[in-house]
Amino acid sequence: MTTTIDMDLPTTAPAAAPPVVPDTKPPAQETPVKIHVRGFDFYYGTTKVLHGITLKIPERQVTALIGPSGCGKSTFIRSINRMNDIIPDAHGEGTVEIDGRDIYATGTDVVALRRRVGMVFQKSNPFPKSIYDNIAYGLRIGGMHNRRELDEVVEKSLVRAALWDEVKDRLHSSALALSGGQQQRVCIARALAVDPEILLMDEPASALDPIATTKIEELIWDLKVNYTIVIVTHNMQQAARVSDRTAFFMLGRLVEYSDTRTVFMNPREKMTEDYVTGRFG
Amino acid sequence: MSNASRRKIISKIAESLCALAVVLALIPLVMILFYVLTHGLTALNLDFFTHTPKPVGEAGGGMANAIVGTLILISIASLLAVPVGMVCGIHLAEYSGSKFTSIVRFAADVLNGVPSIVIGIFAYGIVVLPVKRFSAIAGGFALGLLMLPVVVRTTEELLRLVPQGLREGALALGASRSRAVLTVIVPAALPGILTGILVAIARVAGETAPLLFTSFNNPYWSTKITQPIASLTYQVYVYANSPYDDWRRQAWAGAFLLVMIILTLSIAARLAVRRLERMNRP
Repeated sequence: MTTTIDMDLPTTAPAAAPPVVPDTKPPAQETPVKIHVRGFDFYYGTTKVLHGITLKIPERQVTALIGPSGCGKSTFIRSINRMNDIIPDAHGEGTVEIDGRDIYATGTDVVALRRRVGMVFQKSNPFPKSIYDNIAYGLRIGGMHNRRELDEVVEKSLVRAALWDEVKDRLHSSALALSGGQQQRVCIARALAVDPEILLMDEPASALDPIATTKIEELIWDLKVNYTIVIVTHNMQQAARVSDRTAFFMLGRLVEYSDTRTVFMNPREKMTEDYVTGRFG
Repeated sequence: MSNASRRKIISKIAESLCALAVVLALIPLVMILFYVLTHGLTALNLDFFTHTPKPVGEAGGGMANAIVGTLILISIASLLAVPVGMVCGIHLAEYSGSKFTSIVRFAADVLNGVPSIVIGIFAYGIVVLPVKRFSAIAGGFALGLLMLPVVVRTTEELLRLVPQGLREGALALGASRSRAVLTVIVPAALPGILTGILVAIARVAGETAPLLFTSFNNPYWSTKITQPIASLTYQVYVYANSPYDDWRRQAWAGAFLLVMIILTLSIAARLAVRRLERMNRP
């Protein structure tokens, strides 16, 4: 399928030919760096799947990770909250710093880390519990048991995840009775409830229909005011629509990382251009 | 002959073979039920459920004590085997990988294959001999040992079926591993685990060999767990071996009741699962 990327971008440069855009890009904005990855390798057993990834992810912006299947973008995003720890025989080398602290340093409290770094998965995974109990889960394990406080945060989280109006009358029915898009927003609300600083989203809309996808994308726009968001997506238009910066991965290497417009309109690498214009992948 | 019609004929033959196999498998079950029922029907009356056995030579009497005894024995067995077995199963499913877990799994499989009479002798050795008395506890202990590996392996298998996504979802919210297991994974697998437990109970409810020298038997009404206690299987065994027609009829009735208890447990297991799943799923 040919990918058109000009739909939401103001210029009309044809994507197929390398557009001649005058070098007017503003100097890299000085937003603070939230996640700083340096020389990060990752291995499944002896197979090396990430090769020396180095990049800085800015605070309160949306960073999209794109690339063909198997390029390592999911492995990479799962390294940011150490979700890969649960895979036997897998390990990472190099550093991933959040606010200047290496999360792979010995003595890191992984449980505390994952509270700061929320995650939304490709396949929505609400617990087989009520909607309310899903949202309250993270709070309860964090020790909040006051009913009124819980009610408040549950409502706030559902409002932020743009789901409150749809479910406010049935908070205590099973989350599994909801539609796919609603289930995914339950998962987002659940992640927001514990008030993380970073939100990792691993293809959050890939299993959803276009309307549900639009809702999730609008949500991402709203959320970046408060959160640093990293999103893996297979959908190039989605990356173009929602992200401020885009990283292109290929065969476990970071090929190009720049602000989204540059990556799509004026990529430095031939490989990036071929990918974003749909010539392969 | 065209290819399509040949394919249809082969398909029909395969279908009929499957149907035949189903019928063959069902015949023994139906025959057992029918046979047991026709022979025991005359002895199945109210007395059978409410009276204790009459002395030799007197007609009548029932198996009330054995019915209650069997229930007490399987309760003791469940109380011993279910907690231990579930914890073991959780360990195997969630903390596998170490050498210890593979030893535990292997031990459970071996225990599963130990003949029930051997389990009975073992229980005799460690529970009966020290106090020099047959008891319901000893019988329950022997049955519990038989249940244990089934509970362990069912728990393990069902926990493994819980989608990885739920596990990751809980961990991503800052749950520790044990927290995730207790609050998300075990509840998600619980309907299936309960079925497994009921099936294990149904299996040991029909055991006789482990009871021969543990709970022994008791012709009188007794609910004391430190005393010998009657059980349906043992009572059937004694009556079936007797020279009295009345007793043999009662043995058939007892056998029928046993089959019904096991059938009821299996059906209960299915219903329980359906209810729990309705809560779990839309």
